[in-house]
Amino acid sequence: MSNTSEADAVIDGPTNGGIKPGKYYGRSIPYLPINGYPGKLIAVEGTDSVGRTTQIELLREWLEVKGYGVVETGWTRSPLMQPTIELAKSSNTLNKLTFVLLYATDFADRLEKEIIPALKAGFVVLTDRYIFTALARAGVRGVDRAWLRNLYGFAIAPHLVFYLKVDVDTLIGRVLGSRGMDFWESGMDLKHGDDIYDSFRAYQQKLLREYTSMADEFHFRTLDARRSIDKIQDELRRQVQAFLEP
Amino acid sequence: MLNNLTKSHEYPGKLLVVEGIDGSGKTTQLGLLAKWLAAEGHKVFVTEWNSSALVKAATKTGKKKNALTPMTFSLLHATDFADRLLYNIIPPLKAGMIVLADRYAYTAFARDATRGVDRQWVRELYSFAVRPDVTLYFRVPIDVSLDRLMARRVKLKFYEAGMDMGWSANPIESFRLFQGKVLDEYDRLVEEFGLNVVSAVGSITEQQRVVRDLVARHIHTTHVVESAETPDEQHV
Repeated sequence: MSNTSEADAVIDGPTNGGIKPGKYYGRSIPYLPINGYPGKLIAVEGTDSVGRTTQIELLREWLEVKGYGVVETGWTRSPLMQPTIELAKSSNTLNKLTFVLLYATDFADRLEKEIIPALKAGFVVLTDRYIFTALARAGVRGVDRAWLRNLYGFAIAPHLVFYLKVDVDTLIGRVLGSRGMDFWESGMDLKHGDDIYDSFRAYQQKLLREYTSMADEFHFRTLDARRSIDKIQDELRRQVQAFLEP
Repeated sequence: MLNNLTKSHEYPGKLLVVEGIDGSGKTTQLGLLAKWLAAEGHKVFVTEWNSSALVKAATKTGKKKNALTPMTFSLLHATDFADRLLYNIIPPLKAGMIVLADRYAYTAFARDATRGVDRQWVRELYSFAVRPDVTLYFRVPIDVSLDRLMARRVKLKFYEAGMDMGWSANPIESFRLFQGKVLDEYDRLVEEFGLNVVSAVGSITEQQRVVRDLVARHIHTTHVVESAETPDEQHV
């Protein structure tokens, strides 16, 4: 990399604190100018089992009753990449870099084909997880943070980021009470040991720390996800309403 | 930020790269280079651009449906590259082998920028790459490369001809426009990354002589360097 590039990266980089909602975080997609798009991007983030999906469904219902057009999107749902990601996960051949890049490709596909068109058309876009999930998972795996932030520089900064936060004990209780622990969510690829419970606990704790460390950098609105579904939803609606109808 | 592409690697092996547009003859030259190095007693491993099994499915789906955008095209190739770097390039380098790469990150820099992706973003994207010991850039005028491709009666491929950009419905015209811009991008890279320019207009044997002269400066061989020209004097 040339010297100028590093200087540029500092000026344009998302770590500089100059985050503008609805704009690209860092280096843009030059062929997709998004200035003046009327839509709003709202991200709901958090680890497994914090109830993101439920909250988004309820939020969508409420927004639509109020007359807002809503588009939902999630992490790894693009038709282009889904089969490849599933294949890579099942064969356990992913190393951390290809892991990160596959998810970034998937995200780029959804950004260009779902999110940007929806923002252009004036929809409220609700995204179940956003780039922070990728940043947290990669961060835990030791991928260079500055590199990651450049990589996701083409992401659009959401207008609102809600972070549904739980402690690791609540998380473990919920996961065991529902579908159980799986290989990837337990960070077994990190090879901390053969015990899936210990690995899950250590991994999720690290993830929680990563999210916490991003809260200021990316302007998270942190919500206590140990509360009841209704309580969390009330809080979400209050904040969304204050933003959409100030 | 990582700066591997600007910093020499410390592996015992050597990484040699050939670059150039389609029809520049780089693959032919790489093949001859591999033969020679093997005959000299070196262990040689060849790796090709966009060849990992991992992303093949996605690339195929995307290409078939013409569904790739410049960004997803760029990221898929970076994924393929990362996969090959970690499985096919770094291990042989650690084992002291000579790795010959048919296209490298520079292909991405040239093509992705031509497709309108941010130049600096792509450079930083590939900043995890290993810096090659030698990069040979086979520079060729568009007409020469088109003549070669036509003579082989190959059908110009959709993405190679830049048909996804919609600049021309005629594949030949599109190739001319697209690869013309790719050549401009390569010219930027020559200086930025110190690529060795080899004129790809001469005969195959002549080119190979130049190639072996250049390579012999970095790898122990019985080859006697015939010319004292520096790479910079090889410009077209």
